[in-house]
Amino acid sequence: MCGIAGLIHRGKSSNVGEELQSMLQALKHRGPDSTGYALYANNDGQNFILRFKVGENVGEGSSSVNEDESVYNERKKTVDKKLSELGAIVVKDEKLTPYSYRYEMKFDKDLMDFSKAIESIENVEILSIGKSLELIKDLGDATAVSERYGLNKVQGTHGIGHARMATESGVDIKSAHPFWGYPFADVSVVHNGQLTNYWNNRRVLENKGMRFMSECDSELIAVFLAERMRNGATLEEGMKESLSGLDGVFTYFVATKDSLGMAKDTMAAKPLVLYESDDLVAMGSEEIAIRSILPQEIDTYDPFDGEVKVWQT
Amino acid sequence: MANLKTGDKKTKAQSMGMHTEVLTGKTQQKFFNPDEAENFFYWGTYDVDFNKRTELDVKDMECKEANSKIDSLMSEGYGTIVIKNPQGKHSLGVGILNKLNLIFEGSLGYFGVGSIDGPMVRVNGRVGWSCAENMMAGKVVIEKNAGSCFGAAIRGGDLICKGSVGARTGIDQKGGTIIIGGDAGAFTGFMMQRGRIVILGDVGINLGDSMYDGTIYVGGKIGSFGSDAVESPMTKDDMDWLKRKLKVAEIGDNFDVSKMTKVVAGKKLWNYDALEPTEKKGAI
Repeated sequence: MCGIAGLIHRGKSSNVGEELQSMLQALKHRGPDSTGYALYANNDGQNFILRFKVGENVGEGSSSVNEDESVYNERKKTVDKKLSELGAIVVKDEKLTPYSYRYEMKFDKDLMDFSKAIESIENVEILSIGKSLELIKDLGDATAVSERYGLNKVQGTHGIGHARMATESGVDIKSAHPFWGYPFADVSVVHNGQLTNYWNNRRVLENKGMRFMSECDSELIAVFLAERMRNGATLEEGMKESLSGLDGVFTYFVATKDSLGMAKDTMAAKPLVLYESDDLVAMGSEEIAIRSILPQEIDTYDPFDGEVKVWQT
Repeated sequence: MANLKTGDKKTKAQSMGMHTEVLTGKTQQKFFNPDEAENFFYWGTYDVDFNKRTELDVKDMECKEANSKIDSLMSEGYGTIVIKNPQGKHSLGVGILNKLNLIFEGSLGYFGVGSIDGPMVRVNGRVGWSCAENMMAGKVVIEKNAGSCFGAAIRGGDLICKGSVGARTGIDQKGGTIIIGGDAGAFTGFMMQRGRIVILGDVGINLGDSMYDGTIYVGGKIGSFGSDAVESPMTKDDMDWLKRKLKVAEIGDNFDVSKMTKVVAGKKLWNYDALEPTEKKGAI
């Protein structure tokens, strides 16, 4: 069934890493297979943050395989070579796990061409590119993933996250949420539900040059919105189009560098509880997620069917 | 087969007016002896004293522990129980089958006060999905908003939300009354079979979709009617009932019920024709 959570501080920063960890851990019973975070951190905004993986962490039902670390290291060298060829200047690189990396780099050319070139390397996937987006996903619950990647000290303005129960595809990182809104910097999406016109939409979008990395139906939302935005739509316009363009049941969150949005399908088949104040918006699949960071008595509500909302930092 | 004919002496069931006719049909079976005292015992119920009051802080309890504690307090005769710090926990206050004043000082998560038969419940907060599902009797008042599937499949009692509710309120409702002070989402009264739903605010799309029977009253705008839901004229009886009920519900005291829209089942769905299944086959 999966659990999603998101929050945005308006006019200030906070420890969004720790807050989102609490919210997602409260939703663990909705999805114990993998957990993902899209945190919008207080980076200096000068360099791109590139997060990518060179291999998989494989769980039940995955079509991927675990490989030897030496294979990952070779792929990493190939990535470094490709980055150099593309004109990217890496100013900082971190190895987070045997299969995932975080780079800070200077780059001023087309991100779509860049992404295609990097992902042409076998089994290399860009998890995210952005100047504030830090997208982390891996197998395990919220606490396990947070500890593995050191997320509980990340200061930032907003973030979205996902606790996944694998139903439409296997347990692995490529199928975990959030999904990056390729090729847009700093765009991420999490989803609770099932999309029934995935393949139709995927064929159409691939013909338009968009890329899919997994067979997870939720990835369609990120690609759908990215394609609309590439054609000039605002985030909110793209989200409103998605209510009729996507078939199935869904509640999803999308975040950009300075905004957070939610959309709920026209049947309101998936839950969402929302808390909104002047300086904070927090939302999740269940109220206990919000209570994990706001234990005092607060007013919450369920957004209605077909509702789209966007908040700015 | 047991002989179901009775003599001159009235059974306990008959003396209580539970049934008066003598059952003689061949297919009737006697499943229990109505004179045995244990057959009149409602398992899981307690005689409580409303003046005996206590508080229970469930902040550090799982829902199972909290519900067991409520049960234990009722067994000690407490008739007024105030629950502190529910903090959105799921399935609190379920399965209470006796009279009780139950007050939650805070919000509930999913499936709160489900399958109850008699208690008076007040939630000084919000409730999540499927509040009071399968409620049979009693009164539940929610001071703030409620999630989707509010009052799913209730059989009886009064279920009141002073704020707004999500989608599918009163889905599969089989009796009782649901009253909403604010707005309601899509598919309100979906497949309802009996009972009444009153919404003072606006309601979303597909109102009363595939409803079999029952009545829905709407004070505000209607997004759209669902399949087989039709408008019906308001009568004086409707208005008198609404005024009385809104007063009991503590909301809408001054609400002009004459301007409400009454929605009922059109009963035009295929299963409402007069054809037997075999005749239907022939017609096709």
